[in-house]
Amino acid sequence: MATTATPEHFQAHGDAHGHHDADHKPGFFARWFMSTNHKDIGTLYIIFAIFAGVIGGAISGLMRMELAQPGIQYLGTFAHLFGVAHPTFDQQLHLWNVLISSHGLIMVFFVIMPATMGGFGNWFVPLMIGAPDMAFPRMNNIGFWLTVAGFCSLMTSPFVPGGTGNGAGIGWTAYAPLSTSGSPGPAVDFAIFSLHLAGAGSIMSSINFITTIFNMRAPGMTLHKMPLFIWSVLVTAFLLLLALPVLAAGITMLITDRNFGTTFFDAAGGGDPVLYQHLFWFFGHPEVYIMILPGFGMVSQIISTFSRKPIFGYLGMAYAMVAIGVVGFIVWAHHMYTTGMSVNTKMYFTAATMVIAVPTGIKIFSWIATMWGGSLEFKSPLLWAIGFIFLFTLGGVTGVVLANGGIDDNLQDTYYVVAHFHYVLSLGAVFSLFAGFYYWFPKMSGRMHSEFLAKLHFWLFFIGVNLLFFPMHFLGLQGMPRRYPDYTPAFELWNRVASVYGFPLMAAGLVVFFINIAYAFAAGRKAAPNYWGEGATTLEWTLSSPPPFHQFETLPVIEDHGHHH
Amino acid sequence: MSSIARSSFSAERNRRIAIIASLFALAMLGLGYAAVPLYRLFCQATGFNGTTQRATAAEAAAVRVAAGSVTVRFDSNVERGMPWVFHPEQTSQTMHLGARSLAFFIARNASDHPITGVASYNVEPEQAAFYFHKIQCFCFNQQTLQPHQQVRMPVIYYVDPKIAQDPDARDVQAITLSYTFHPVPASAAKPLDRSKAAG
Repeated sequence: MATTATPEHFQAHGDAHGHHDADHKPGFFARWFMSTNHKDIGTLYIIFAIFAGVIGGAISGLMRMELAQPGIQYLGTFAHLFGVAHPTFDQQLHLWNVLISSHGLIMVFFVIMPATMGGFGNWFVPLMIGAPDMAFPRMNNIGFWLTVAGFCSLMTSPFVPGGTGNGAGIGWTAYAPLSTSGSPGPAVDFAIFSLHLAGAGSIMSSINFITTIFNMRAPGMTLHKMPLFIWSVLVTAFLLLLALPVLAAGITMLITDRNFGTTFFDAAGGGDPVLYQHLFWFFGHPEVYIMILPGFGMVSQIISTFSRKPIFGYLGMAYAMVAIGVVGFIVWAHHMYTTGMSVNTKMYFTAATMVIAVPTGIKIFSWIATMWGGSLEFKSPLLWAIGFIFLFTLGGVTGVVLANGGIDDNLQDTYYVVAHFHYVLSLGAVFSLFAGFYYWFPKMSGRMHSEFLAKLHFWLFFIGVNLLFFPMHFLGLQGMPRRYPDYTPAFELWNRVASVYGFPLMAAGLVVFFINIAYAFAAGRKAAPNYWGEGATTLEWTLSSPPPFHQFETLPVIEDHGHHH
Repeated sequence: MSSIARSSFSAERNRRIAIIASLFALAMLGLGYAAVPLYRLFCQATGFNGTTQRATAAEAAAVRVAAGSVTVRFDSNVERGMPWVFHPEQTSQTMHLGARSLAFFIARNASDHPITGVASYNVEPEQAAFYFHKIQCFCFNQQTLQPHQQVRMPVIYYVDPKIAQDPDARDVQAITLSYTFHPVPASAAKPLDRSKAAG
């Protein structure tokens, strides 16, 4: 779309559209700190997610270091580095709990969610539906800075007392009574408050996405013509809108139980700690789909682009995501099989959980069917997308195993569970993020990355994460429990493989990723508007790379032939 | 074309969708809090999570004694740091299904100041909770013990004979009834009817 220059002062989101310069940008501070432009906010989210991801990944490096061999080797040193002069043994073990809790919370709330919805969602929802910006640009800005504030709160918590030692050692689930009477001190309050802030930010951005997608699509783009990425963001926004308030209620009850004498989760006052688990997982299960659905959407765009075919079974793909979202709300207790449940309840949750394999299967087979007979071009985004399908399917299969109430009695809280959710999230969601990144990075930056480095990144990362996480299946089946810094020497081999071979390879992949970004900005070729060629059919490819600061001065009209997805 | 299309992005419509979406979020927040009483009702109605049932004397009188028998074991605890000594007078009782039984617990305040306590309770296995009826129990109210006072605390209960027809619970031969005494903060110590509270 044209960038007709009519010099005028910057307008954040003027009511009198139409006559300001599409590429006139405000000054640095106003542009990045008071940003109301969806692309700038998206960029901020992506930078933030990468930053938080480095911290979360560094924490997992500390954990893999400690787990490389049986016994406690490094926790004392780490505690020292965290500012405790002479950590007692209990304080060292508490630090372990702090590390696992921080790793989980950072990765879920401050890496994957900001990257998928905040980053790619903000960048490409308006572009792909042909809208000039999000519906509520200022709310978009608040949402981002609330997320940053939440991250600051979470980062404060390891440095203030949290019971046995500094920091919140409550797991990402923050189960009562460990998170209430079990953890005196402000660390847990900081951690919980960070979820309040990030949650409020996410609810705002989901309201924004819903309004934008319902209300601001280009003329002619009906719901059934929206690109699948838009469908995925829409479903995710609804999941956020309906699930996060329940978490907010649960963790607010934690706060009042901790500080104001309520007894929601305290049996002494007639409460029940198991209620917290129900509230948490009523949020927590939709949350895992919140993390993966935007990835589904991105992978759909990418597979279709590099197969030079429209996606196979478009409507089935869209409604499969809706079905996953709906069913995701009624399976939560499969996280709680060992809290004491009747056989019938377990049977229901087992069956309902397995039902999710049906729409998920529709998606996986439709991706494969899209590639089938397509003229495939193995560019880096497709490589990452295929890696995603492979790893996500693997994680899905172990999910079907864990869905069984009977088997779960045995595997609950073992490394098998750790392997499962890292395959679907750390590998599934993260691979989709890298796929989306390489797919859209030149569009966002205007510079081509190096395909060679992107593929090198892929292979290092792919081999690394598999060496890192696949052995955890064996460890779990052998009975190694999660959340412990120590283990019997019988588990040494596979832990060493994960720590000594898997983690460094994965980290090397990330180094290549950063080199690639640096290369793109330093020496990357300028990106054409549609650098992927004829397979890329959605509206963002009609714009320059990077798109003008304000796009779609003239709204694109979607004509009635063919689907844009 | 574009001017027509742009007018459809009316702030009015955007605001309406945003308000509806916010109402959904608020409703879910409310539902999160509503889960507290709903969960309690659900536990009472189904015996979920080992929540025992409560019966009036009249209801208990209408229950026929059946042939099968069941053993009830007793377990007692006090919250960490609470200076009470609390134990059952008998380790177990065996009675016919439907027969009323009376068990005693002994509690003694080992400290030099009066302490009010309240007992939480639970049965194991959980599928028996729906059939475990208490007619009278010290756990329905707060109990205050003077310094070094010792009291016998009664619980009158029966196990509903319908347990023999429940495929999930009919194999249960022994039920453990467990109590834990918690201190009541001085400010909250009042004759409170906890009969409505879930275990």
